[in-house]
Amino acid sequence: MFAYAPFMIVRAPYETTMGPISRIFYFHAPSGMTMFLSAFVCGIASAIYLFSRRDGADRVAVAAAELTAILGIIVLVTGPLWARKAWGVWWEWEPRLTSSLVLWLIFVAYLLLRRYGGPGSDRLAAGVAVFGMVNVPFVYWSVNLWRTMHPKTTVVPTLPPGMRGPFWYSFVAFTLLYIITLHLRTRLEKRRAELEVLYLALEE
Amino acid sequence: MNFVRTVWLVTRKDLLIEARSKEILFTTLFFAISCVLVFAFGFVREGRALEDAAAAILWIAIAFSGTLALGRAFERERQSETLRALMIAPMPRPALYLGKLLGVVLLLAAVEVVIVPLVSLMFEAPLFEHGWLTLGLLATGTIGFAAVGTLFAAMLVRARSRDVLLPVLLYPITIPVIIAGVRGTAALLQADVDVSMARLWLSMLVFFDAVFVTLALWTFEPVMTE
Repeated sequence: MFAYAPFMIVRAPYETTMGPISRIFYFHAPSGMTMFLSAFVCGIASAIYLFSRRDGADRVAVAAAELTAILGIIVLVTGPLWARKAWGVWWEWEPRLTSSLVLWLIFVAYLLLRRYGGPGSDRLAAGVAVFGMVNVPFVYWSVNLWRTMHPKTTVVPTLPPGMRGPFWYSFVAFTLLYIITLHLRTRLEKRRAELEVLYLALEE
Repeated sequence: MNFVRTVWLVTRKDLLIEARSKEILFTTLFFAISCVLVFAFGFVREGRALEDAAAAILWIAIAFSGTLALGRAFERERQSETLRALMIAPMPRPALYLGKLLGVVLLLAAVEVVIVPLVSLMFEAPLFEHGWLTLGLLATGTIGFAAVGTLFAAMLVRARSRDVLLPVLLYPITIPVIIAGVRGTAALLQADVDVSMARLWLSMLVFFDAVFVTLALWTFEPVMTE
């Protein structure tokens, strides 16, 4: 399905004012949406880990946090490329851009804490993720009141039918890719934990 | 021992140590004044401050010195393992959190008592014209910032490289507070005062405080348990 996406995108009608650059849209918007999804997955998994101490939830949370950071990089790189063409500037202090950047920063901070926080930082990081998730509406609302310019969320239903198809196709492809990567990354983390247990057993 | 009394005992302990040494108060206060000075070079052109500069500088000074105060307040607890003693003490964990939070808020309030008139004087900002609204913004903003900060500083006590991690974690989460504080104050300082805008930001801060204090009380226990 992911392999077929480029063909769908090439066949989509041209956006007259922006030309080929508008095709970034099929990449940019779905990764943005999966990024927010991923942030919520991480937050919820962290909350479960914090209160039930289930290691599985923590593994999902790490995987989701890493994916949020990666998707964030994709969004923050493709966004300016598109913005340069659409608005004539690389970066604009506008709600969606700013809140995406803030969200990305929160999850980079989460990963930094896990990496450099030393022993016991997994639970601390879980606290950060819960706060980060609850923070999303506040960031969005406050930044929204501060500035406005990005195409509204309502742009999707108003797309011409020829563009709508490839868009939803890309979105579904991205979500599936996200689920698969999340699953693989969680499994990797589980294997690593198992390996550690084996090493410890070997030493004894 | 009832809850309120426990909270007050924790706060009183912090205030007493502070009253004797005055270490955090003085260092934080002069750090805040240095912040105002440093940012003045960026925002003042030909002797006149840029529009909104006063609000921005005030809140940056509060956020920066707040981070410093939070770090110091918990470093003190770490040095002689007193935080461990507090955790062992037979009292509800939320009371410990609230006690520490109250201590930090009072300390920052003491800093603001000096910083706010200073900014008002140096940038010709009529901060006292709508005194109650400004006070409300400062109080709710400080509580919001300290509520998140106290939890993070407390949990980072055991972590490595905590000095760097505290601002890295704290600033992205408290961005709504900074935006609301700066925009709310700026709305009161601009040429045509926008009171309804300031009220809107104030209500947002109240909401933020309610949500995050509740969340912090709720997560303090599992996060701090070793």
